[in-house]
Amino acid sequence: MRGEPAGDIPVQHSGNMAETGLDGAGKTGGGSATPMLEVRDIVKTFGPLTANDHVSLAIGEGEIHALLGENGAGKSTLVKMLYGSLQPDSGDIVWRGEKVSITSPSQARRIGIGMVFQHFSLFESLSVADNILLSLEPDLAKGNIAEKARQLSEDYGLPLNPHSIIGDLSVGERQRVEIVRCLLQNPDLIILDEPTSVLTPQEADNLFVTLERLKSEGKSILYISHRLEEVKRLCDRATILRHGKVVGECDPRQETAASLASLMVGSSVDEIRKEAADTSGKEALLTLNGIDLPASSPFAVALSGITLDVRAGEVIGVAGVAGNGQSEFFRVVSGEETLRDANAILIRGQPAANLGINQRRRMGAAFVPEERLGHGAVPEMPLTGNLLLSRHSSDRAAFVGLGPIGLVRTDIIRDASARVSEEMDVRKSGADPDAGSLSGGNLQKFIMGRELDRQPSVIVVNQPTWGVDAGAAARIRQALIDLARSGSAVLVISQDLDEIFEISDSIVVMHDGYMSARVPISEATYEKIGLLMGGANPGHEMPEMPDTAHHGGVA
Amino acid sequence: MRIELVKRSQHSTFFALASPFIAFALTLIAGAILFAAIGKSPLTGLYLYFVEPLTQLWSVHELAVKAGPLIMIAVGLSVCYRSNNWNIGAEGQFIAGAILGSAIPILMPGFQNFLTLPLMLLLAMAGGALYAGIPAYLKARFNANEILTSLMLVYVAQLFLDWLVRGPWRNPQGYSFPGSIRFPDAATLPEIFPSQGAAHYGFVLALIAAIAVWFFLSRTLKGFEVRVLGASPRAGRFAGFSTKGMIFLSFMLSGALAGLAGIAEVSGAIGQLREVISPGYGFTAIIVAFLGRLNPLGAIVAGLLLALTYLGGEAAQISLGISDKVVRVFQGMLLFFVLACDTLIHYRVRFVTAISGEARNA
Amino acid sequence: MLENILLTIATAATPLLLAAIGELVVERSGVLNLGVEGIMIMGAVTGFAVSLSTGNPWLGLIAATIAGALFSQLFAFLVITIATNQVATGLSLTLLGIGLSGMIGESFVGQPGVKLPTLDIPILSDLPVVGKLLFAQDPLFYLSIVLVFAVMWFLFRTRTGLTLRSIGDNHTSAHALGISVHKYRYFAVMFGGACGGMAGAHLTLVYTSQWIENMSAGRGWIALALVVFASWRPLRVLLGAYLFGAITIVQLHIQATNLRDLESLPAPLYWLAEIVKSIPSQFLSSLPYLATILVLVIISSNRRLTLINTPASLGRPFVPDR
Repeated sequence: MRGEPAGDIPVQHSGNMAETGLDGAGKTGGGSATPMLEVRDIVKTFGPLTANDHVSLAIGEGEIHALLGENGAGKSTLVKMLYGSLQPDSGDIVWRGEKVSITSPSQARRIGIGMVFQHFSLFESLSVADNILLSLEPDLAKGNIAEKARQLSEDYGLPLNPHSIIGDLSVGERQRVEIVRCLLQNPDLIILDEPTSVLTPQEADNLFVTLERLKSEGKSILYISHRLEEVKRLCDRATILRHGKVVGECDPRQETAASLASLMVGSSVDEIRKEAADTSGKEALLTLNGIDLPASSPFAVALSGITLDVRAGEVIGVAGVAGNGQSEFFRVVSGEETLRDANAILIRGQPAANLGINQRRRMGAAFVPEERLGHGAVPEMPLTGNLLLSRHSSDRAAFVGLGPIGLVRTDIIRDASARVSEEMDVRKSGADPDAGSLSGGNLQKFIMGRELDRQPSVIVVNQPTWGVDAGAAARIRQALIDLARSGSAVLVISQDLDEIFEISDSIVVMHDGYMSARVPISEATYEKIGLLMGGANPGHEMPEMPDTAHHGGVA
Repeated sequence: MRIELVKRSQHSTFFALASPFIAFALTLIAGAILFAAIGKSPLTGLYLYFVEPLTQLWSVHELAVKAGPLIMIAVGLSVCYRSNNWNIGAEGQFIAGAILGSAIPILMPGFQNFLTLPLMLLLAMAGGALYAGIPAYLKARFNANEILTSLMLVYVAQLFLDWLVRGPWRNPQGYSFPGSIRFPDAATLPEIFPSQGAAHYGFVLALIAAIAVWFFLSRTLKGFEVRVLGASPRAGRFAGFSTKGMIFLSFMLSGALAGLAGIAEVSGAIGQLREVISPGYGFTAIIVAFLGRLNPLGAIVAGLLLALTYLGGEAAQISLGISDKVVRVFQGMLLFFVLACDTLIHYRVRFVTAISGEARNA
Repeated sequence: MLENILLTIATAATPLLLAAIGELVVERSGVLNLGVEGIMIMGAVTGFAVSLSTGNPWLGLIAATIAGALFSQLFAFLVITIATNQVATGLSLTLLGIGLSGMIGESFVGQPGVKLPTLDIPILSDLPVVGKLLFAQDPLFYLSIVLVFAVMWFLFRTRTGLTLRSIGDNHTSAHALGISVHKYRYFAVMFGGACGGMAGAHLTLVYTSQWIENMSAGRGWIALALVVFASWRPLRVLLGAYLFGAITIVQLHIQATNLRDLESLPAPLYWLAEIVKSIPSQFLSSLPYLATILVLVIISSNRRLTLINTPASLGRPFVPDR
């Protein structure tokens, strides 16, 4: 490894590294001497922020090259410049030995760069075939696109019906559309942005087979991820970004996950401390008694017979691929959507399913939704307003005065907000900035802190660390475990399996609106949970088998 | 050259305050160009529009007469628009309030005591609120677009008023001219300084409404609810606020204020119900609300300014022979500039030249 | 008389249809232009002014179309480039349009204008019953019908149309694919503006031949409602426009008919006519507006359907990610 785990690497050095790295690629890959793509000294700034600071890297032919880095390290910015969505301020992009300036995605596609987006760039109301057509250059868009797509998708083991409407597809299927659409352009370099974040482990395995096959056909792949294990398994080389700079380049197979992680993060991240929970004989603080919820819109998932006890002192993780009913589940459990049958949800033994979110808060429950901006917080409002947002009812006595007039007591709320920021180490500019101006990690810490500050006896969190840097993520996870150990019931919904395994005492899996029986952490393996996420159903008490064909990831 | 917007991480406090003034300055420039284009002296034109009406006491009173309804309606609309409910039918609610409030002096001409006026005001508020309740109900219950329904109801209200004052409510002694009987003194909103000019207590009511609603919006929990639901309905649901409840609250509050403005105009300024009782106050108030940055206190300043354009339009017509239609052009331009300037609060504007790709900030 | 009514229905429906089909394209691209009323009235006054001063109604029509297209670009610049609130900006376009048209048209009030000639299509116009109805109409009638089918073909049969729809569905995705969201939207708004201008010209060059202040009388707003009614589908806009045309014309005919002319009718029909005639004219005049509300309620109450059909990015400003 040539990178140093901490400290800045001089610009020149970084450039040299890329060149030597290139030699290395030439030797190990045994391909041609000129790399497929070379990036030299790219700089991109946004106002005061330098998103890419003299970034250099080289990708050889037939190479799977990983781009590693935390949220905000500058990966997306670099990729957008390679795909023509952004222009570099300075530096060169060299394609097959020639300097190019990529001014638009369509030019990127013309020279042979294809892209599979993390947040899919698909059109919900259009068919698969129309979606594919839209991404093809007019000269490729001739003939029967639907037929071509079907052919290609079968060739690569990614079956698709070209006439389906995207809105009806599962997340895994949508990714297939993205990949097929990219492959139809016959690119030489394929960029994949966090492709496995929405897949089950088995679906991810399947994706790796496809990628290996593409590599064997001589295509190069730029693979963006923060998952170290899969990078170690799949990639030939890795470039590591931190704060917009290249901090290292290596052969990930020669590294340990820990060494890669410390390069990525720059400092060692605190280990999560977790003693085994002893919940025997403890009361259930949150009880779900067969929740049923019909689908509210054409694209929503119906919930069926969800049953679960969350006891004092334990963390239960809800695993599952996105779009299997987690958002609906959160809406129902939080009380954003109420049910007729009051006994479907018990909070500390009291029926609550027919009560609204504030009544449930007053019973001691707290909630953190998945989206920070526009759901858990109002971006245009200052932190004090956002504190009041979820606590105006549970803390009415403290925060609101003058009886029916409801005067907001700004000074008291300001103190509480300062306390939360202090407690969770929220870094912000100014005393009371708009929520939208905080980084993802800091805002998430504030939102978590806002609820923890109340010492809730039940907390339900959806995606606690989505898009959050490693330091903040560790802090949030530790806070959740600490809350449980102090006697609260914690329910965490997450698509990040590593996180689920790290913090849970038991794991349940959501698939197509059903919830599996709980698996104690001592018995849980990635394979077992992965199968449940894919819709397999070993020994749990569901009334009927869910429609696995619909979401099946294993081809 | 291209214009690019770059989101500010924190909204600009400077532009939040300055944008209405920049917009007004731009309107003055555009107005000067407009005057020059129709062959009039820009300076004289602008003087007549924005200064002349303030030089005489009687016309300052006229200013208050015109500003009253504008402020009152705009204050209600501020609440509506803040909560993301697009009531653009204030003109209809103004008429509905005027009709219901006038029912007392027209149908019960003998009922004249200290209760007459308060009852009229209350009835007018109820009338405006109920009429605004129609689009609110249709939105909450059937998801029907409130912009279109509230606007359609303006036409319906205008036609209904036309029928009333030509039909059942026509003054029998009115020589078949449309219009009701003239209101007795007990049903007339008194003038503030009768010896000096025509300004009536409607203006005072408007100021009270503005201050009360400002307190409501900025200091109370319910006002907080308005702002949250307007900025982000999902966050509002997370806070346990009711979107439907807010539809009714905002519509009926703005309807009540529009209705109050309606009876104040009929009882204070006109003295009878006529087939036309508003020079488009309900629509101009939309401009007032935005120019006041959806802040009730801002609406006071903005309402006075817009009222000035009405008076200035009359002055310019008399002195320079400029059509009074120019007023509407002024008002429309003003709103355009206000909306454009508001962008500066949340975005930085960059001018990008196509050739070099270089950018400079503004 | 029936033929006469049907003829005038087409005349009442055509401006609605023109404005609505233009707005449909605008909304399919994800932009909500509430300035249709303002664009129409600008088209109306321009068409009248130019045809009066040149004596040529065709020039008036062309000028109105251009005026509508240009006027709409004011809106386009604000909502697309400056990313202003579309609802408020559309409103301000309407307010400005009403003001400007009043100012421009002041000297034309009361003047007799010029009418567009009807285009009789040889042979076909002599057909019994349908001949006069379908083949002896004003040129904008034919154009409006042709536009409906042209828009249908464009949206659902061409790649450009597909791209436009994709932008309305998800402008962020479209941008990521390298589609110029802004360019498409500018053109869509311009097309909508041109259609609105023509619709306005219809009012002063076909429907009446005079200029009256504020003469669009809410037709632009009804056109907006028609797009919702049609669930953003061109053929349904055609249906809706004629439905509204019918309501307008029938109530006008009722207002204009003299009871004495109906004395020959059989008694029950005559009584019915008596009852209808006893309804005040103002109530009859409010029928199109009430019908608009009713239609909106019926269509919108099916949330599921509305959710599927509404262009998902409608009304949301788009600022490309840095």
